[in-house]
This record gives sequence, C-alpha cells and structure tokens, in this order.
Amino acid sequence: MGSAIPSLIGVIIATFLLSRALPGDPAVYFAGPAANAESVQQVRESLGLDKSVPEQFALYVWDLAHGSLGTSLTTGQPVADDLLQRLPASMELTFAALIVAIVVAVPLGVFAAVRPSSFVDHFCRGTVTVAAAFPTFFVALLLVYVFYYLLGWAPQPLGRIDEIYYVAPDTVTGFYLIDTLLAGDSESFRGALAQLVLPTISLALFALAPIARMTRASMLTALGSDFVRTARANGLSGATVLFTYGFRNALLSITNIMGMIFSFLLGSNVLIEQVFGWPGIGAYAVSAVIASDYAAVQGFILMMAVIYVLLNLVVDLLAGLIDPRVRFEG
Amino acid sequence: MTAPPLLKVDKLSLDFRTREGRVKALQDVSFHIDRGEILGIVGESGSGKSVSAFAIMGLLESTAEIGGGSVHFAGADLLADNGAAMRAMRGREISMIFQSPRTALNPIRKVGRQIEDVLRRHGPVTGHEAKKKAIEALERVRIPDSARRYDAYPFELSGGMCQRVMIAMALACRPMLLIADEPTTGLDVTTQAVVMDLIREMVDETRMGALLITHDLGLAGEYCDRIAVMHAGHTVEDAPTEVLLEKAAHPYSARLIAATPAAADEIADLGSIPGGLPDLRRQDLPYCRFRDRCDRRVEVCDAQPLPVTELTGSHLVRCWRPT
Repeated sequence: MGSAIPSLIGVIIATFLLSRALPGDPAVYFAGPAANAESVQQVRESLGLDKSVPEQFALYVWDLAHGSLGTSLTTGQPVADDLLQRLPASMELTFAALIVAIVVAVPLGVFAAVRPSSFVDHFCRGTVTVAAAFPTFFVALLLVYVFYYLLGWAPQPLGRIDEIYYVAPDTVTGFYLIDTLLAGDSESFRGALAQLVLPTISLALFALAPIARMTRASMLTALGSDFVRTARANGLSGATVLFTYGFRNALLSITNIMGMIFSFLLGSNVLIEQVFGWPGIGAYAVSAVIASDYAAVQGFILMMAVIYVLLNLVVDLLAGLIDPRVRFEG
Repeated sequence: MTAPPLLKVDKLSLDFRTREGRVKALQDVSFHIDRGEILGIVGESGSGKSVSAFAIMGLLESTAEIGGGSVHFAGADLLADNGAAMRAMRGREISMIFQSPRTALNPIRKVGRQIEDVLRRHGPVTGHEAKKKAIEALERVRIPDSARRYDAYPFELSGGMCQRVMIAMALACRPMLLIADEPTTGLDVTTQAVVMDLIREMVDETRMGALLITHDLGLAGEYCDRIAVMHAGHTVEDAPTEVLLEKAAHPYSARLIAATPAAADEIADLGSIPGGLPDLRRQDLPYCRFRDRCDRRVEVCDAQPLPVTELTGSHLVRCWRPT
C-alpha cells in the first residue's frame, strides 16, 4: 500500500500533462463550426483554458482534493457521476471475460503441462496463439457478422440489454446479471446474458494466451520440483500430486499475472465497447479523447490507475492466502 | 541356508534414450541389502548411484529403458510392470529421502499435513488418528516440541530439521527399506552427524534395511555395514566396510580411499583420481570403463569382458587385476 500513494501522485501529474498534449483545441470544438474568434475566446474563458498551465493544474488538484473530477464538456455531467454510472458495464464485461478465460485456459494449461509435447499440448499452443494473433476488434466484428448477421443466434449488438423486449433492472450492484437475479426477473436475466455472450468471448480470447501459457509454465515448474518428486516417492496418488502439490504451488504465479491480465482486459474494453455499443467507460473515454474533453480524459485515466492499484492489493492478499511465506513477511 | 536378502538387484542394465543417442547409464549392476543393514553406494557424480535408486523405486523418467536384470524386494519383482502395486508400495514398504531437504518438502503445506498425506495414502486412518500418528512420527525422529512443529512450514525450519521431517515422513508407515540419496549434502557437519546417527538408530531399532547413496566414502565408512563402489554404471567392488577400507581390491576403490581426507592428512597428501568418467553415449564403450584412468591396465583389459571375482565370501570385485 505504501507504494500506492506516490504512484497515484505520478498518475495525477502525468494525466494532466498528457491530456494537455492532446491535439485539437477544445474551445474551437465546443464553440462549433460557425463560431468566430470572439466566441471561441469566450468559450475558452468559460472553460478556464485561458489561464496558465500551472494555474490550471492547481485548480485541477484543488478540485480533486474536494472529490471533484470536474465536469465533462460533452455530457455536461460531473465526470465522477458519468464514470461511476458506466463503470459497472465495463466491469461486468471484464469479469465475465476473465472468468471465461480462466475456466478455459487454466485446465488447458494444466493438461498441456501434464502431457508436454502431446497432442493436447500442441493443440493448446496452437489455439492460444491463433486466439492471441487476431486483433480483438476484428474477432468481435467477425463474431457479430457470423452469429448475428448470418446465423441470427445472437441479439443485436447494441448495448447491455434490448430495452424493447426487456426491462433494465433497478441498479443495486450495477451488474445486470446480478441485478436481474436480485429482482427475480429471469426474462431480463436471459436478455442481459444474451447481450453479454459475444463481447465476452471476443474479450476472453485475448486473455486465453497469457493465462494458458502461464499455467503451463508454472505447472511444469511445480511438477518438476523436488517436492513433487518426494510426493511421488511417498506413493501419493496422481490426483494428490497434481492438485495438492502441483497446482496449488502453480497457482501462485497464476494469481500474480491475473492482476495484469485484468487491467489489460479493462484496456481492451475500449475497442470491444465500440463494436458492441456497450455503454462502458471505454466508449466514454474514446469520445472524450476525440472531443479533447480534458476533465473526462483525466478522470478516466485516474480511475483506471486507482482500479489498478486496488487490483494489485487484491492480488497481494490472494497471494498471502495461498503462500504462507508471503503471509509471514507482511 | 540363509534367508534371501531384503532387496536384491541383479545384473541390472539401463539406458537413457536421448537425442544424442543412448546413454548406457547402468550395466550389470548387482548388490543386495539384508534386514537391519545399511549398504552404502559410493561413487563420483554420474556413476549411476541415484539412477539405481530411482530404478528400485520405479521413479525413472520415461526416457529410461531397462535392458535387463532384475530387482527383487521381499520376494516381489519390482520391475514387473505393475504401476498401481508399485505406487502402493512406495512410501509404505520402500521410502526414499533426498538431498536438499528444504526444497524436497512442499513449501506451502504444513509439514505435519505432508506426513498426514502419506499416512492417509497408505492406510485407512481417521483425521484425528492421522494427526496423532504424524506427531508421533515427528517425535520418533527426536524433533523437540513436535506437536507445535506439526504446524510449521518448511521455511520456518532449519535444513537439519527439514531432513528430520523428511525422515519422519519416510518412516511414518514403518517401511522395510529406506533409500537415502545424499541425505546430508548441504547440511553442516554437526547436523550431518545427527541425521546419520538417526538413520543408524532407526535401522538398528526397526531392523529395516537402508541404502545410503553418497559420494563421501568417509561418511559411508562410518555408518555402513557394507559398501558397494560404483564407477560409470558398473558396480566395481562390493565388500563389508572394514574389508573395503583395508583391502580395497579395485584400483578405483583404492584411489577413492586415498582421496578421502582423514583428520591427520595434509592437503598435499590428499590423492586425486586423474581423468573423468567415459562418455556413456559412446557405442564402443570399453569392457572396463575405468581403463583410461587405471595404472594397472594390461592387454586383457581391452580384449575381454571383466570377470566378477569373489575374493572372500562377501567381497566381490570386477577387475582383471584385483589386489
């Protein structure tokens, strides 16, 4: 946790400078195509952009200290509200993709490690490489083309739920799958699930490769270790050796990369959300960048940084649960 | 008529298939162990000591291929291809301990639980019983405060303590044979003595047999009843300890003894053995694999397979010119 504060300060400074480095002048953008120099100047003053950069930074930090991320120029809403409203959509998608990726990739990696150079191993490496080789947005478009346009199995790729047929649930967690279940509305649950399938698969494919490869590598290390040899020499059954001795030790390295993968996924959301009309933070960030909407861009990056820090905290806690050595150091 | 030995390895030959060809790791390896006896296998690295142990345990890698010979343990043929029976026997009737005990224990599992895993595998025990037996096993190897040590993780224990845990685990099911593969390598001299004393004591107490694999002839001389010397996949000499140390018949054994430091020796007096092991991948391995390092080499060494000569009742040597 001690390293979190300096990195957050760094992020605050970097995002401020980066967003100022975006090409384009927001005053011109918001004054509209018909504006003359005078009205552009007016807009600039109203946005506070006529002040010097240090002054702007001081204002920004002052606002942050008071819990305000500023107001978005495009939506007219406080950035914090915008982000919090959209975050659950992205989170739901990311979690779903991560779970799917883990459920597929971890067993694949384990099988590949148990039988190295076997058919399963080559198959695993092949699929995983192919899955990682295609850009996410291309896979997403391909899936939409095949399953929506050609086969008609998937619903229209327009957001989290088709509001013509289903009722969006009341917000409790912001995760539609959970909220619809809480509301006891199985119809809407199915509707939300149907919308979630294609974006989840496109995103999960991207995470398969690193998880499967990490699982395979760490399983191979664990199974080749001295303590597994001891377990075998003591006649322990194959399942005990594989899971209690091999997998639990391999789990350490797998957990360690999960934080990284989760943040990768959150980043790749940007593209997937565009393809599926998903009302998440990725889509929000893209339009903010296009409009040079400083406050929104800064807010987005800052939130991602905070999520990343929290994520690493969770990973550390998990590592402590698995490995007593980590626990005792702390 | 004496009883058959507990373990009898007879003319065991074993190759490893590698990309560069077959490695003839063992050839005609024979030795035996009786109950209540420690047999030391001595030799430099690569001479086939550990491979012999893994062959007995059925823990060879898949690239190993047994070319001939037999391994009999308490009347059972261990080379008969019966995976399940072999697994049930490992840890219960034959146990093995290794060098570097710290890494040989699962780092993230309590040592007591690891002993329990073995107990549960080899017999129907309730959870409560298993824990009690695990603590008893720790007590048997003189681990102080064993009930508390049950909950320790390997990283909280010293190397010597870890090796005692390993021994406790190996002896938990009261096996008939203990194989110790360099059990004291990496431990300091005092701990080494403690661990070896413990093994000797357990052998005397339970009448089990033990196989001590070491490169330290001094250690073997101190704790073993008999010693088999291995060189490049051959057992070159096999004799009771006193006989071997006093009247080593094979030139390699003689030189090993000369190369073993005793307390009074000056470093300059310490012998060394010139040359190294022959490349075991060669197709044209000589009959005598010690040939190139030997000072007693004569023509017949190159021309004919080595005879195994019985000098006295239990002193065997594989050489054309034993002394």
